[in-house]
Amino acid sequence: MSEDPKPISMVAALNQALHDAMGADPSVVCLGEDLADREGGGVFGVTKGLSTAFGDVRVRSTPISEQAIVGAAIGASLAGLKPVAEIMLMNFTAVAMDMIVNHAAKLRYMSGGQTHVPLTIRTLTGAGFGIGGQHSDMLEAWFAHTAGLKVVVPSTPAEAYGLLTTCIFDPDPCLFIEPLGLYRVPGPPPPPGYRIPLGQANVVRPGSQVSVITYGRQVGDAIAVAEALEAEGVSVEVVDLRTISPLDVATIIASVRKTGRAVIVHEAVLSFGPGAEISSQINESLFGKLKAPVRRVASNDSPVPYSKPLETAFMPSRDRIKDAILATLEEPVS
Amino acid sequence: MYNEARPSPEILMTMFRSMALLKQNDERFRSLLKAGTLAMPYYSWRGQEVIPSAMSAALNPDDYVCTIYRGLHDSIARGVPLKHLWAELIGRATGTCKGKGGPMHITHPASGVMVTTGIVGSSMPIANGLGFASQVLGDGRVTVAMFGDGASNIGAFHESLNLASLWKLPVVFLCSNNGYSEHTKFEHGTTVKNVADRAVSYSMPGVTVDGNNPLAMYAAAKTAVDRARAGEGPTLIEAMTFRFFGHVFGDNDFYIDKEEKAQRMAQDPCPAYRSWLIQEGYAQEAELAALEAEAEAAIDEAQAFSLESPFPDLAELGTDVFAEQAA
Repeated sequence: MSEDPKPISMVAALNQALHDAMGADPSVVCLGEDLADREGGGVFGVTKGLSTAFGDVRVRSTPISEQAIVGAAIGASLAGLKPVAEIMLMNFTAVAMDMIVNHAAKLRYMSGGQTHVPLTIRTLTGAGFGIGGQHSDMLEAWFAHTAGLKVVVPSTPAEAYGLLTTCIFDPDPCLFIEPLGLYRVPGPPPPPGYRIPLGQANVVRPGSQVSVITYGRQVGDAIAVAEALEAEGVSVEVVDLRTISPLDVATIIASVRKTGRAVIVHEAVLSFGPGAEISSQINESLFGKLKAPVRRVASNDSPVPYSKPLETAFMPSRDRIKDAILATLEEPVS
Repeated sequence: MYNEARPSPEILMTMFRSMALLKQNDERFRSLLKAGTLAMPYYSWRGQEVIPSAMSAALNPDDYVCTIYRGLHDSIARGVPLKHLWAELIGRATGTCKGKGGPMHITHPASGVMVTTGIVGSSMPIANGLGFASQVLGDGRVTVAMFGDGASNIGAFHESLNLASLWKLPVVFLCSNNGYSEHTKFEHGTTVKNVADRAVSYSMPGVTVDGNNPLAMYAAAKTAVDRARAGEGPTLIEAMTFRFFGHVFGDNDFYIDKEEKAQRMAQDPCPAYRSWLIQEGYAQEAELAALEAEAEAAIDEAQAFSLESPFPDLAELGTDVFAEQAA
C-alpha cells in the first residue's frame, strides 16, 4: 500500500490550480494587486511563481484600482480570454460593484447571448483575525442576489482546487470566495485534474436526525460538532453547499426530507443572508413535513467588531451550532 | 473653411454618408417619438455626428469600440445593421440583442461594438480589457472607449487612464465634450478647462479637437489609432461639440442658454460639411442628394422591419442568464 499523500494547504492548492490552468490553456490570464513575483506573488503567496512561469504579459500586478481590475478582466473575457482577477479582500469588491453587478453579471443577457464573460474573481475574506469592519465581511448574499453571477466558497484544499478550476473554465462570471480561516489548514491534495461541477452540494457526513447546511469555513465546524454529538447519540448530516449560486436545492431538500430538521450555518450576517433563501426553499418544499422550525446560525447583525471578545461573539461558534442542533431536537413533533 | 490636411476623397465621402445617415436617423427617431409611434428612452446625438463618423473612418473593420447610452450613433457609424438596431430599440425579437438589451445596451460584436453601457464612465475599464486581450493575443486590434465630458469626473476614468498608460494599451479614449453633463454645464462640474488637460496626469497625449470639423476630427482619430496600433499606448481625445436636444428626449433643456443654443445650432456641422464637399468639388449636389435618399430608404426599411417584427417569446425571459440555460 502506498503512503497517504502529503497534506497541502488551501494556499498551495489554489496556487496549483492556477499553475495547472495557465499551463493547460494559454487564454488564462491573471491580474490583481501585488500578484506578480516582483511583488511577492500575492500577499499570501497564492499566485507565487505564476509570472515567472508564464510571463508578465499573462500575469500582471495592477495598481490599487479595483474598477480597472475587474473592467480589464471583463473586456479581456469579451475578447476570448479566461481572466482570473484577484480582488485582494472581499470588502474591496464594493469598490468594483458597478463592474461586477452592472456589467460582468449582465452582459450575456443584455447582449442576447452575443457576448459572455468567462471571468473568475478570486477574493479573500473571513472574520476572526482582528482586522476589523472593512476587511472581514462575508458578502456572498449580495452577489448571489445578482442574476448572472455564480458564487462559490470552498471548504478544503482539494475542494478549492476542484472548484477554482471549474470556475476558470466556466463560460460565465464566477465569484470565488476564499475563507481566510482555511488558508493554512492542511488537507488531502486534490486528485490530478480534479474538477467539481458548480451547483452540486456535497453531503460530507451522512446522518439521520438533523441536517446542517453550510459552506466554507463552517463546514469543518459543523463536522466537528456532528462528531461530538454522535458520541451523545445524535445523528447529524452535514451538507457542504460549495456553491451559493446556483444553489443545489435538490440536495438540500433530499437531506431535510430525510431528517425532518434543518440548521443553516454561515458566517455572513443573519438578516437577508443565504440562510433566509435556503430556509424559504425548505419551507416551500417541505411545509408540514418538518419536525421543527428551520434554524439559522450566523454572524451578528453588526459590522465585524475589532476587540477579540466582541469578534468571537460576533461569529458562529461550534457551541452555537451545537445549541441550534439540540434545540431543533427539543421541538415538539407536531 | 477647414484648414486641416485632407484625407482621401473616399474617406471624405465615407464620413459624409455616415453623417447623413446619423442626422436623418436622429430626425426620424425624434419625429416618431413625438408622434407616439415609438416609445423608448432616447438620448439624441443630433449635432454630434462628426465624431463617430470620423473615428469609424479611422478604424479597421475588426477594431473594437465600447460606448455609452448616448452612443447609438457610434453603433450606426460602426455599421451595426440599422434594421436590427431599430428592432432592438423597440424591444423586438429581431433586435441586435433579441430585444433584451434596449437602446442603452446595443451590442454587435460583428461590427466591433462590444459593449454599450448605461453607466457613465464604464466604457473605459472594459475597453482597457479588450486592449489587454489584444496584447496577449497579438491581434493588432485597437479599442476605442467612447464617453462624454461628464464621465471625466468619475473614478473609472482616472483608474482606466492610469492603467492604460501604465500597460501601454492599444486604446483610444474618445471624449465627446458637448458642454453639459446631463443638466450641469461643463465648468460647473469640472475643475480643468479641458478634459484633455487631464491626460498629463497619466503621461499620455491629450488632444482637444473641434469635434464638429470632420477633417480635424479625422486627423486626431487617425493619429491616436495609429499610435495605439503601433504599441505606443493610449491617447485621450477631447472632441468639442454641442448637443442640440437636451440630455434625454422630453428634456426641455431649460438649463441651456437660448442664445448659445441658437448660435450653436446655426453652426450645424452636417450642412456645413455638405456645402464644403460641393464647394471643393468632391461631389455634386445631385450625388449628395442621392446618398441622402439612400440613407432615407435604409431608415424607411429599418422602421418598417422593426415595427413589423414580433416581440420576443416569453421563454427568452430565462435564457442568456448563464450559458447552461441558453437556447
